[in-house]
Amino acid sequence: MRRYSGFALVREAMRGHKGWGQQWSSPEPKKEYDVIIVGAGGHGLATAYYLAKEHGITNIAVLEKGWLGGGNTGRNTTIIRSNYLYDESAGLYDHAVKLWENLSQDLNYNVMYSPRGVMMLAHNVHDVQVFKRHIHANRLNGVDNEWLTPEAAKEYCPPLNISQSARYPVMGAALQRRGGTARHDAVAWGYARAASDRGVHVIQNCEVTGVRRGGNGQVTGVETSRGFIGAKKVGVVAAGHTSVIMEMADVRMPLESFPLQALVSEPVKPCFPCVVMSNTVHAYISQSDKGELVIGAGTDQYTSYSQTGGLHIIQHTLDAICEMFPMFTRMKMLRSWGGIVDVTPDRSPIIAKTPVSGLYVNCGWGTGGFKATPGSGHVFAHTIANDNPHRINTAYTIERFNSGRLIDEAAAAAVAH
Amino acid sequence: MSSAGEHRIAGVGRLTPANPVRFTFDGKAYSGLQGDTIASALIASGVHLVGRSFKYHRPRGILSDGPEEPNALVGVRRDAARATPNVRATVQEIYDGLNAVSQNRWPSLSFDVGAVNDIASPLFSAGFYYKTFMWPKVAWEHVYEPFIRNAAGLGQAPTEPDPDHYAAQYAHCDVLVIGGGVAGLSAALAAAESGARVILCDERAAFGGALRFEAEARLDGKPGYDWAQDAAATLAAMDNVRILSRTTAFGYYAQNFVGLAERVTEHLAAPAADAPRERLWQVRAGRVIIAAGAIERHMVFANNDRPGIMLASAARTFLNHHGVAVGRKVGVYTANDSAYAAAIDLKKAGIDIPAIVDVRDNPQGSAIDEARAFGIRVLTGHAVTGTGGKLRVASMIVEPNKGGAAEIIPVDALIMSAGWTPSVHMFSQSRGKVAWDAATERFLPGTYAQDCVSIGACNGTDRLEESVSEAIAAGESAAKATRKRAKKSKVKIAVEGGGDWTGSMLGAGPNGANGKVIKAFVDFQNDVTAKDIRLAVQEGMHSIEHVKRFTTNGMATDQGKLSNLHGLAIAAEALGREIPKVGLTTFRAPYTPTTFGAIVGHARGELFDPARHTPMHESEVAAGAVFEDVGPWKRAWYYPRAGEDMHAAVNRECRTVREVAGMFDATTLGKIEVVGPDAAEFLNLIYTNPFLKLGVGRLRYGIMCREDGFIYDDGVVGRMAEDRFHVTTTTGGAPRVLQHMEDYLQTEFPHMKVWLTSTTEQWAVIAVQGPKAREIIEPFVEGIDLSNEAFPHMSVREGTFCGVPTRLFRMSFTGETGFEINVPADYGRQVWEKVYERGKSMGMCLYGTETMHVLRAEKGYIIVGQDTDGTVTPYDAGLGWAVGKNKTDFVGIRGLKRPDLVADGRRQLVGLKVKDGKTVLEEGAQIVADPNQPVPMKMIGWVSSSYWSENCGRPIALALVEGGFERMGRTLYVPMPDRAIEVEVTGTVFFDEEGGRING
Ligand SMILES: Cc1cc2nc3c(=O)[nH]c(=O)nc-3n(C[C@H](O)[C@H](O)[C@H](O)COP(=O)(O)OP(=O)(O)OC[C@H]3O[C@@H](n4cnc5c(N)ncnc54)[C@H](O)[C@@H]3O)c2cc1C
Repeated sequence: MRRYSGFALVREAMRGHKGWGQQWSSPEPKKEYDVIIVGAGGHGLATAYYLAKEHGITNIAVLEKGWLGGGNTGRNTTIIRSNYLYDESAGLYDHAVKLWENLSQDLNYNVMYSPRGVMMLAHNVHDVQVFKRHIHANRLNGVDNEWLTPEAAKEYCPPLNISQSARYPVMGAALQRRGGTARHDAVAWGYARAASDRGVHVIQNCEVTGVRRGGNGQVTGVETSRGFIGAKKVGVVAAGHTSVIMEMADVRMPLESFPLQALVSEPVKPCFPCVVMSNTVHAYISQSDKGELVIGAGTDQYTSYSQTGGLHIIQHTLDAICEMFPMFTRMKMLRSWGGIVDVTPDRSPIIAKTPVSGLYVNCGWGTGGFKATPGSGHVFAHTIANDNPHRINTAYTIERFNSGRLIDEAAAAAVAH
Repeated sequence: MSSAGEHRIAGVGRLTPANPVRFTFDGKAYSGLQGDTIASALIASGVHLVGRSFKYHRPRGILSDGPEEPNALVGVRRDAARATPNVRATVQEIYDGLNAVSQNRWPSLSFDVGAVNDIASPLFSAGFYYKTFMWPKVAWEHVYEPFIRNAAGLGQAPTEPDPDHYAAQYAHCDVLVIGGGVAGLSAALAAAESGARVILCDERAAFGGALRFEAEARLDGKPGYDWAQDAAATLAAMDNVRILSRTTAFGYYAQNFVGLAERVTEHLAAPAADAPRERLWQVRAGRVIIAAGAIERHMVFANNDRPGIMLASAARTFLNHHGVAVGRKVGVYTANDSAYAAAIDLKKAGIDIPAIVDVRDNPQGSAIDEARAFGIRVLTGHAVTGTGGKLRVASMIVEPNKGGAAEIIPVDALIMSAGWTPSVHMFSQSRGKVAWDAATERFLPGTYAQDCVSIGACNGTDRLEESVSEAIAAGESAAKATRKRAKKSKVKIAVEGGGDWTGSMLGAGPNGANGKVIKAFVDFQNDVTAKDIRLAVQEGMHSIEHVKRFTTNGMATDQGKLSNLHGLAIAAEALGREIPKVGLTTFRAPYTPTTFGAIVGHARGELFDPARHTPMHESEVAAGAVFEDVGPWKRAWYYPRAGEDMHAAVNRECRTVREVAGMFDATTLGKIEVVGPDAAEFLNLIYTNPFLKLGVGRLRYGIMCREDGFIYDDGVVGRMAEDRFHVTTTTGGAPRVLQHMEDYLQTEFPHMKVWLTSTTEQWAVIAVQGPKAREIIEPFVEGIDLSNEAFPHMSVREGTFCGVPTRLFRMSFTGETGFEINVPADYGRQVWEKVYERGKSMGMCLYGTETMHVLRAEKGYIIVGQDTDGTVTPYDAGLGWAVGKNKTDFVGIRGLKRPDLVADGRRQLVGLKVKDGKTVLEEGAQIVADPNQPVPMKMIGWVSSSYWSENCGRPIALALVEGGFERMGRTLYVPMPDRAIEVEVTGTVFFDEEGGRING
């Protein structure tokens, strides 16, 4: 692999960039692999990368029905934070943040991890209680998260409207300074390039249409739009379409799939320094390096596989954005889109073995899995390689929905009484 | 000539010299004419340099005359608070006093320091930032990223709240016609005359579309543009038609739901104060007729971006509509016949056309012959391989395609056409699938997904005559399809003239001998060159989506209206694949950038999620209440008296309720009337408690779980009759509990005869609690025996209160003797006032939600959502008694039996006593057994409720603690940043443990 660096860039600039090779190869599928990963999103690619890097398994194919990174990885608003409530979550997401911190160097690809701070606004007494609960738990878990008064919040994010006459005045905020954003495409591409460099086959335009099992029930490979491909182990990392694939192996998943939308404004000069989230009014906002305001909306009310959501959802979100930041009403929406998110009953992911031997699944990241990409890939690789979960993902089983041992982050941020 | 610009040609164009308009650009005064855009007015004054590009800060001019414009973006400022960035100069009409400024340059437009990027441009190849800025690690955050951020971005975001307002309207119609060119107008006429209700919109100020520049066409014997104005006037006069100019259809959603954004006052010097700036139309149409036209493409060649280089059709519009010549010596570079028509029009107006350079070897057609007949030099089989000039194009370099000497031809403007791209955006947004037409090298509407039809240029119908007949047929059949009694319209339109143009070029033109560093722009705004696209392919970006993202081609504010097809063609060539095999990127809403304000509409300030007030709200305001937001409600939080802070007010209220009485507004609690022969059976399944045997006139506190066995909501339920229950829910739970019940009723228990009606808004609820509660309400009550024997705790009676029908509940959320008076909402305030008047004279106070919280915590009553968080079972909350022991079924019964829900070590609700007797714990604080362990600590619980209890004279707290019931009397710790607070685990009842007061 040609290493990337400022020097390499200067050299190439002088000779018309003729020397840059392909970032990843586009091989024809082999007959069989040790491991097949279904879904070349960030999580799938990261899994392949860590399998190759840390477990010495390189005979791997990542199968992607469209183009790599074209699922939720390439559609999300890229908020990264780890100030989750439960120990299991703090462990998982903070593991990811630690990997984010060195990811550009590790992959030799600038993923533009930008810890500009993620601020979550409290608008009522209940929010305050919930955020304080998070802050206390985070502190005792060694995860940074601090309480800001409305004035301190405004100082951190000057465009914020902290007027007491706002419909839902800001009563304070929880700030995680290590939180921030990264460049989503770069994450998919960086992992694809680094995995490909270690011999992993990333095979695009290859849709998995069936899961084949041997006499003992053990997985033997997958049917695809490009024919049967054998595998000893199969890891499914297909976000909103996970249920569809698991169904092929007769595993019913506790998942519902919803469209989730986002939008960007036209690019403007820097005007928004951090990430602001408000659960009460349902809006998330940051500004990209390119200058666009990146705004996340809520999910549609109904399950669907259609990647276009309704206008009213966008409306609801922009209402909230303009209420919090009244100077933005003259800004213009440039592009809007949707992705299909896979939601579990407790809003925490599943990273686990399955009832089918040789079949593994990593899903249920719902509206918030981008931030976990490196951590998720890392522990899922461990799980596949050892046929046993990593310490960090032991709790993230499918069985927890039978046993009731939930990791209920949604409930922790429950609605007002 | 005139003050309206030295490039204005007398007698040409449709604007009236008698209507001058003055405006400024970068502080300099200009004048134009009514009907000019900023672009046409600046060109009239000889100004072509209007902006700088995104990455290289190259000087840029005006490329187009419409919404597809990538270059000419300016800031427009009415005043400090009304500053709008990234306004397209080709769309914004001028008005007296308009103040426009250029963007993305420093210190000035003609001298921009950022232009060093252009010199260093070899470094800034596509995706360069992914390859560098990684060392040293900290530098990304502190050096590189801020640098990139400052260099990027276009205009300045506004900094002050927007004082303008925006309107919103919903509309239904039989036929929505998008686009008011000749096709759209004809279709609208046909549909309207057939009797359909029609909405016609066009994004421009005036109808007519291509007829603005197409000077030759005649319709019904009139010049095309005049016909269009008459057609629009005819439509406007019809009752069944609404026509909207300056209105962009920006989004096509499911089931023929289309969003239109109307710019209402942006073109006015002095908008009326009550006029909205923009209006959002949300239209549901029986059928949509898409008549969106086509967009001309630029030619891709070296240095094709200098100011003064523009689309041929734009030059033609400026001339034929605005009466403005884009230069005095105008070169032409084309692959399509339409540029010839522009050249001929300019020539006729006295402009020098030094040469038409046609990349085609042997173009045929009347336009070519005509140009030659006008004496214009036509160079076929040639290409423009470069241009000269700095802030304005000064020359074009022309080379024969077969090789040979280059010729440098001086020009002061260069117009170009690579052919026309049908606007399939709306069709694609409707989820239709486009199909590639190889003969004409374009994507056309293929498979339809919704009830819509494309006509005219956006459907690939090139000839004017065919467009008109196609449009009339589409209009008539749309009327027939959507109206029962549609009649056949008599619309007939006679057509003469109109171009019959062919020719197209996709991708980069021949570069001649010029093999050095070439910047042949594909996407102007984002500075994407043909080379960038080839580099992307070289680096393994084989999907067009990857090419787009890697190069940012088509991601600028014009969303690739000019660049997408060129980019696709270059990528396809580099990949050695056919264009349709490579495929298009997705078309996404909005069609053009859409103002947030327009989408938000009225939903600002008071109308943003309107606050809900109870009928007693005004009385509470008068009594000095401070309010808190609970869900959508404003609830009285506490009632401070002069000199009291919250703490003092709450202490007083708490004391008064227990010593005398207090009155509380409980209206916000959700209320559902559950009626029907199976009502009791139904509630028996919904709640964990048994309900079958609840007697008429009795109340029961009920707990509701989800399937998973965790507490979902709680509330008191009264049986009003055998088949009628009055259910109450938490304030926040009102809508979702109703939904939850409906859900079960319709999916799991459809056999049950039960009807659910939300009555939250029908009842005002006044709680009177305290030892004197009965005495206070007694004189107002008729028809109910209030004695303890006749009306014990947890009963309900109907009668009258202050002469108003009431459902009087004997219940308590304070542990005191209490009543909740339900009266019809309209009477709430009068009853409240009456009771208050009497109560006050007896020492009663008003109390708010904070006191309610403290009093209930003193009694250990939970608040769902505060002391439970969706992981708490009734058993965990110490409410096992509320789970019917003999019930064989209820929602959650299976969930409750899951292994983890019956395992040891669950978090259970307990009380906490702070050892120092004075520290009020922080709600949300965590609990540990060993405060000295290292981080990460093992947390065994958390504080869910915590208050100073004036009645107990000490702080009290409720907490969920692992195995809490087993830890009674044990010491635990609440670690705070500065110290660990010592607490003792206790029961949850802190006041009146025997519970006698409630039956007083
Ligand atoms: C609008 C939006 C905003 C979001 N914002 C945030 C945020 O701010 N922060 C955050 O942390 N998270 C966010 N998320 C969530 C986040 O994007 C996802 O959780 C995360 O990216 C999931 O990554 P993934 O690799 O699992 O899935 P994906 O990137 O979706 O990858 C799954 C891949 O599987 C492929 N696939 C599916 N079926 C098949 C098949 N049969 N055969 C082969 N391949 C198949 C898909 O094509 C896809 O490429 C957001 C999501 C959306 C939609």
